[in-house]
Amino acid sequence: MNKTIWTVAALALVLTACKSTPMNPAKVEDSSVTRPIAKSQSNTGADSSASTDKINIKTVDVDSSKDELSAAELAKRQVFFDYDSDAIREEYKGLVANHAKYLVAHPQTKVVLQGNTDERGTHEYNLALGQRRSVAVKNALNVLGVSDSQIETVSYGEERSKQNCADDGCFQQDRRVDIVYAGQ
Amino acid sequence: MNKTVTMQNLKNGLIHFLSHTIGAGVLVWMFALPAQAALELEISGGSAIQIPIAILPMAESGSAQSGSRLHDIISNDLRGSGMFRIINTSGMPALPTNAAQIKYTDWTALKAQGLSLGEVQQAGGNLKVSVQVMDVLRQTALLQLTYTVSPSQYRHVAHLIADQIYEKFTGQPGAFSTRIAYVTKVGKRFTLQIADYDGFNAQTLVSSNEPIISPSWSPDGSKMAYVSFEKKKPIVFVQSLYTGERKIVANFKGNNSAPAWSPDGSKLAVVLTYGANSQIYTISADGSNLQQVTKSSAIDTSPAFSPDGQWIYFTSDRGGRPQVYKVSASGGSASRVTFEGSYNDGPRFSPDGKYLTYIRNDGGAFKVAVQDLGSGDVKVLSTGSQDESPSFAPNSRTIMYATRVGGKGTLATVTVDGLVRQRLSEAGGDIREPAWGPAQAAPK
Repeated sequence: MNKTIWTVAALALVLTACKSTPMNPAKVEDSSVTRPIAKSQSNTGADSSASTDKINIKTVDVDSSKDELSAAELAKRQVFFDYDSDAIREEYKGLVANHAKYLVAHPQTKVVLQGNTDERGTHEYNLALGQRRSVAVKNALNVLGVSDSQIETVSYGEERSKQNCADDGCFQQDRRVDIVYAGQ
Repeated sequence: MNKTVTMQNLKNGLIHFLSHTIGAGVLVWMFALPAQAALELEISGGSAIQIPIAILPMAESGSAQSGSRLHDIISNDLRGSGMFRIINTSGMPALPTNAAQIKYTDWTALKAQGLSLGEVQQAGGNLKVSVQVMDVLRQTALLQLTYTVSPSQYRHVAHLIADQIYEKFTGQPGAFSTRIAYVTKVGKRFTLQIADYDGFNAQTLVSSNEPIISPSWSPDGSKMAYVSFEKKKPIVFVQSLYTGERKIVANFKGNNSAPAWSPDGSKLAVVLTYGANSQIYTISADGSNLQQVTKSSAIDTSPAFSPDGQWIYFTSDRGGRPQVYKVSASGGSASRVTFEGSYNDGPRFSPDGKYLTYIRNDGGAFKVAVQDLGSGDVKVLSTGSQDESPSFAPNSRTIMYATRVGGKGTLATVTVDGLVRQRLSEAGGDIREPAWGPAQAAPK
């Protein structure tokens, strides 16, 4: 039982971490975080619901809890890229693998991969470039066994980029894919 | 050569403006807003030969108009085109307001070729604007125009008169009575606006806390296609300017972006991804009849129909770097259009089909380029480093684009020959993604 509580706590941390990420603006309310968790405790991890509201319940599965990743491992949800590149850098392969492992263990959980670019270039081409990055992450997840039905790839292009960057350190922050779990 | 334009024979849409203003209460607000100097005009450069012309103040009886006078607006239009030199008349003792009062020797002494004068009268709640444009050397009337309009059409009438003068002296139609669309970002708020070509009379079409991009005018000027992220992903909408009706045209899995109308207004080219790379499709304006046009493993985006509707020009990086290609609008194999430079993106046609404009990355700086489709010659026209979204005026003479000045997005225009530049700037906020509307932009 202790283990279950710790898993719940870990998940709450995951959700909280996500909530405070600037790329997930104020969509998650406290009520929607606590309610499903409370429900799951009385539900003993039964796998019956498909509503987005309750998807997070499935993360509190007693039987699979020993395979759960730590909150810290799943809290990292940004994959950064080089200029005009969609190659996943070596340093982010572990991060992608962690999410793959989690998604394989929770086949009802869905993610949206949101591609982003820096502001240089046209809006339309950058939208396509951001898409290519989100597809690169999707392909990496696919290779690790995540089903296509769990993933939607979209792009924000340059639309969420910082403006008036003066150096690549600044532009770099914009060239990324955000991994966004459904319902969050 | 005299030409009289009245309510009866006016075919350019003014009659529609007026009848809609009177006939449909819901539309009144769209046209009755006071003129606001939302954007400021800055002009630099000029063509080598400019036609000297005097635009005299009109006699305005009991007019309650505030702001710029008709002759100011006409003068700004003509000066901004770079084709005219407006003769300063401030030192003249008495200015004529009808042809009989003209002392032609005064004007030949000032080397004026043209002279515009007239009057504005109240006519039962409407304004009756009568203008004569004289040929100073021949001492004959080149133009004789009469417009009866609602007071809210004050600036519009000035633009219509400027269009007529421009055409009479240059032989090409003017584009002053046209409108533009653009997106502003103020704080976190994105707003798609429609304004006169000079930035006045700005009206909001739609606003959102999520990005709005890629506005595209329907060929008849009555609808706007654009991409909105309001549902946390790019979706293509079409919105009627006059009824406000808003429809989703493309909302498939993945991205839906870069809408571009076919010349007959029946369909749009859009870019869809599903779960993979960006590819070009066509879809009917009602969202039916989806057809794939490009089939590549590369990025294919930024489609634009050729004015004859036969081709879709687009950006692709199938050759490694973004370049402009063309493909039959019904699909098939694509051929490359741009060969100079390592990065050419976002093609847009001149309405006469003679030119293609796009963005060239020139050593890290993004600039507006124009390609003569006959000769293949390419000229870089803009001077910024992050210039974007070029689109042609309906008369194919001028290109409007987005640029950055002092860290802020603003709009600029440049003539196809690169000689005349203007900048439109707004106080506060960022302006981006201009799209120049078609000539027939009046409600149907």
